[in-house]
Amino acid sequence: MVIAIGFEGSANKLGIGIVKDGEILSNCRRTYITPPGEGFLPRETAEHHQQNIHEVLQEALDQSGITPQEIDVVCYTKGPGMGAPLTVCAIVARTCALLWNKPILGVNHCIGHIEMGRLITKANNPTVLYVSGGNTQIIAYSRQRYRIFGETLDIAVGNCLDRFARVLKLSNAPSPGYNIEQMAKKGKKYLHLPYCVKGMDVSLSGILSYMEDRIDELLKDYTPEDLCYSLQETVFAMLVEITERAMAHCASDEVLIVGGVGCNERLQEMMGVMCSERGANIFATDERFCIDNGVMIAHAGALAHAAGTRMPLEHATVTQRYRTDDVLVTWRDD
Amino acid sequence: MSAELKILKQGAEAKLYICNYLGKPTLIKERFKKNYRHPDLDTSITKERIKNEARSIVRCKTAGVKTPALYLVDFERRRIYMEHFEHSITVKDFIINLKSTTNQGDMNTLDVYADLIGGTVRKMHENNIIHGDLTTSNMLLIEKDPSNIAENTKWLNHSNIELVIIDFGLSFIDTSVEDKGVDLYVLERALISTHNDYPNLFSRIFEAYKSYSKKNIKEIISKYEDVRARGRKRTMVG
Repeated sequence: MVIAIGFEGSANKLGIGIVKDGEILSNCRRTYITPPGEGFLPRETAEHHQQNIHEVLQEALDQSGITPQEIDVVCYTKGPGMGAPLTVCAIVARTCALLWNKPILGVNHCIGHIEMGRLITKANNPTVLYVSGGNTQIIAYSRQRYRIFGETLDIAVGNCLDRFARVLKLSNAPSPGYNIEQMAKKGKKYLHLPYCVKGMDVSLSGILSYMEDRIDELLKDYTPEDLCYSLQETVFAMLVEITERAMAHCASDEVLIVGGVGCNERLQEMMGVMCSERGANIFATDERFCIDNGVMIAHAGALAHAAGTRMPLEHATVTQRYRTDDVLVTWRDD
Repeated sequence: MSAELKILKQGAEAKLYICNYLGKPTLIKERFKKNYRHPDLDTSITKERIKNEARSIVRCKTAGVKTPALYLVDFERRRIYMEHFEHSITVKDFIINLKSTTNQGDMNTLDVYADLIGGTVRKMHENNIIHGDLTTSNMLLIEKDPSNIAENTKWLNHSNIELVIIDFGLSFIDTSVEDKGVDLYVLERALISTHNDYPNLFSRIFEAYKSYSKKNIKEIISKYEDVRARGRKRTMVG
């Protein structure tokens, strides 16, 4: 039996969660929200995490009903992410590990999303579409690694949506992507946008600059709702297309969507249509697990810990660049 | 006619049927309607890809790159009719089948094919054909002269094997070095993810690509390095 605590703070979400053999004991989170038209910057985000982390930690411990002594391993996000916010969580995690005299384990953020998705949905060996503010990857497991079959050649899909929300000066609460999604539901008129797929990779920066450059002209003929609708329809069609190509390539019949953009219902719906047309199954989770959280870090860390992975304290650092396929998956034997 | 159609398989974006067209074994590639995407987008993508595929096949013909011969394009029914290679194997399956053997001679055959792939991709690029989806699933091996050799050894007889490039739906014609760099990067990524047990495969292919012709090669290499750096070292947040 493994009880693990996980600290996540790679971007603007600060999350701490506790998990006991795949059972979630607590899942607490705070989000740093910036004014409309502005994104979150590393220094301010780190300050937000510093100011909230003790309160969130207390809340997570209280909700779980366990004492620090019962914890087997302290897990934290080693990367990828923004350096300063990552460091805040790493420092607190190291301090807890020393105070409580527990082993520490750094976890790859992307692996956290994948393992959490598998736990919640019970998908066995899915093709994974990982879509968030910083990542856009098509991943499949093979020989002890989660291998990246396709990814964005430039910016992440969440970044593309967030930046377009800034162009329209939409609110960042609860998240810019959520507000785009709500606007898109009211969109009627479809605008043709650049569509850029390269094999199993996509390029998204061209769409964003296309819209940024013409925004005033576009708003004469289209409502902001129409533009959100057209943007979603176009970029999601690209994502579904490369997912389908990866499935055909790997002969896979399961798709799992993870990451913050993964809770977009239109994306889930489009993926669902694609899956039903090829006799495949779709798995997705809701915002509790799609959006960055501490439980996913605790769960992925617990799996690695149970499989014997250990990390000496002096290696418990952070890294902004940490590829999904860098991690040796010790806990799967298929 | 539709009653005689036999579905061969459903690929990522098309249904493949086999039939007999003017007495020849024919593959019909039907880009069926994708209900997940907006109808306007679906129509424009489909039309464009049918056009690209037909155009690139013809261009490959003049460049001396073997592809299926083009028989008919039917925009109404979203179909392309082309030559069907009844006896062929994808390079992907060929490499996967290699795993069961550790014979050194077989590995040399893989090297021969890697050189062939490198030269062929270069030949396309010299003619400004950007494939857009270079994977080992989109490369076929066929026999020059049909033999009766057993299936498991037939594909190792490399002096009698030809490489066929297929699936030009994402292809386009472009003179820019950037697109060639991206094309190579897409191939490298496909090899890393699919054939991770042969880590040197891409470098062998790339060497053959470089030595096939010297024209513009420095620019292409440096552009490829740029594209690669964008992918591998990009900051990834959240």
